Amino acid sequence: FHLRMMEATVFLDTFNACRHFLVSFTRSVPRLNPVSELYGQLFRLHGLVFPLTSELPEMHQMMRQTCRDYADRELGPIAGKLDKEHLFPAQQVRELGAMGVMAVEVPEALGGAGMDYLAYSLAVEEISRGCGSTGCVVSVNNSLYIGPILKFGTQKQKEQWITPFTTGEKVGCFALSEPGNGSDAGAASTLARQEGEEWVLNGTKAWITNSWDASATVIFATTDKSLKHKGISAFLVPMPHPGLSLGKKEDKLGIRATSTANLILEDCRIPLGNMLGSRGSGFKIAMQTLDSGRIGIASQALGIAQAALDCAADYAHKRTAFGAPIGKLQAVQFKLADMAVAVESARLLTWKAAMLKDAKKPFTKEAAMAKLAASEAATFCGHQSIQVLGGMGYVTDMPAERHYRDARITEIYEGTSEIQRLVIAGQLLKEYAS
Amino acid sequence: MSRVLVGVKRVIDYAVKIRVKPDQSGVVTDGVKHSMNPFCEIAVEEAVKLKEKKFIKEVVAVSCGPSQVTETIRTALAMGCDRGIHVEVSGKDYEAMGPLQISKIFAALAKKEEASLVILGKQAIDDDCNQTGQMTAALLDWPQGTFASEVTIDGETVKVVREIDGGLETIKISMPAVLTADLRLNTPRYATLPNIMKAKKKKIANMKPADLGVDMVSRVEVLRVDEPPTRLAGVKVETVDDLVAKLKANGTI
Repeated sequence: FHLRMMEATVFLDTFNACRHFLVSFTRSVPRLNPVSELYGQLFRLHGLVFPLTSELPEMHQMMRQTCRDYADRELGPIAGKLDKEHLFPAQQVRELGAMGVMAVEVPEALGGAGMDYLAYSLAVEEISRGCGSTGCVVSVNNSLYIGPILKFGTQKQKEQWITPFTTGEKVGCFALSEPGNGSDAGAASTLARQEGEEWVLNGTKAWITNSWDASATVIFATTDKSLKHKGISAFLVPMPHPGLSLGKKEDKLGIRATSTANLILEDCRIPLGNMLGSRGSGFKIAMQTLDSGRIGIASQALGIAQAALDCAADYAHKRTAFGAPIGKLQAVQFKLADMAVAVESARLLTWKAAMLKDAKKPFTKEAAMAKLAASEAATFCGHQSIQVLGGMGYVTDMPAERHYRDARITEIYEGTSEIQRLVIAGQLLKEYAS
Repeated sequence: MSRVLVGVKRVIDYAVKIRVKPDQSGVVTDGVKHSMNPFCEIAVEEAVKLKEKKFIKEVVAVSCGPSQVTETIRTALAMGCDRGIHVEVSGKDYEAMGPLQISKIFAALAKKEEASLVILGKQAIDDDCNQTGQMTAALLDWPQGTFASEVTIDGETVKVVREIDGGLETIKISMPAVLTADLRLNTPRYATLPNIMKAKKKKIANMKPADLGVDMVSRVEVLRVDEPPTRLAGVKVETVDDLVAKLKANGTI
């Protein structure tokens, strides 16, 4: 109750200060609608106000709980099987779609849940805690496929390419990387040339998550080679489609319930209206999409890290050695403490990045920090969880080995840890530039 | 004008390991995870399903207890109930609250809200009383369909398939009536994200038992709460004859 009062007081203080400012401002400069300005100011305050309380807003708590219940009851029991047999969780994706989880940020008018990015982050974390692969599918559909269309698409494109992908019946994918370039995204060699009323795409994309299960892709190709990275454009291609074929499914270390393969384009023809955003803005679209996608992957990593921590802590209670549960041994306690700190600090970074995005403030640095911290927390927790379990951690009877394998990719895709460091340093140095 | 009242109870979550308080007056509830009683979830699901099939117009979720029970009512709203009623009971009254007091509250509310059906879970997983539904029906002098595994509304009557020890019993009762939900009645839905958002705008009315003319005095006093006895180690025997001999020796057979 005290913390709520503190929140209310700070909120009122800041609100009154802003209202003062607004009133004096509106008197000096005529505005079209001072009331909506005020509401806009209140909404921006949300991102600053709630970190002062010890708990999330009620709606977010309810939403987190429903996702956690689903993950515990429906995903946890089958995650091992999905991993072992490389099975895409089609039914679970449909059920998550019915809950609104496949399109969290999409407005209700387009068929989504109409919630904010913090809610999305919580959803992905809880789903990933149940099954890392399913969390990946949710994240890719929300952030990488729907994200850029929601931000850069026309109303018609949104209705055509987003609405059918909100129900879980269809999922999308994001095709930026190529065999010749991953981190070096500006060097895209996939080409798009205009022929009459069509674009013709040629080239190969690599490492595309969801490829074998997707019904559409956001794909990047060079429209003007001379303009280097400013000559890349984004396109929407349905799947399957003549001229687009899929390479063999990669045999991965982890997240094995997702399909990862090459996309091969051989004179793939699409209507002119399938360009997303303006010509040459592809690189910008990709970078902005990945900025938000980072929060999704950070959330996925958090879920995997938490699952690994849960596994280790539970085992520490039950396993006895030297006459007592191993949780009594300092060596084990230190590991669990380090794991908990790693997860919680990464979680707060992730929440902050999400809240900044919701408040429409710059969040590039924070999103990169979140992804870096969360993915390194996931690999750390996966590693230590196996260590706590000892021999049991090495066999498939316990989920620790799956968390270890699932965690590893989070340091690589959607921007390697090395790229994240470059992004953070770049933003940081800008802040200190004189 | 068909309205259904659904009772939802906030109980300790089924997955939590229960601990008895050191003074043996009850179980530890502080800081322990609570959620909606699983049979109440089934009751809510059935009510919402009946509304979706257009047999009834409005579903009202009711819970009795301190302020925390509003979380449980909100969950019911997120599952599809239209509005909620929070009957405030706290402190000693809440600790002593049992099926008799609840059924009096529900009977009063059923009359006040002109409900055609009262749907409850068959029992709560904390006290396992299995009495509230039956008492409510008796106080209202309404027919009851308890342990329901299938409910079909046909005009002014309800066909209820009941799970009983001998198998399944089908009865036909007239409305208004009280139903209690058993495990196999349905599979409760997960609250969808849009419904969680909508739940925030739905109304929860507040009232006290006194407003309904209900006295909360309990006729039951809990003397002591103990943990179940710890399970003793078993004894392995080599043959069936040994087993029979041992069972005879310790008086089991």
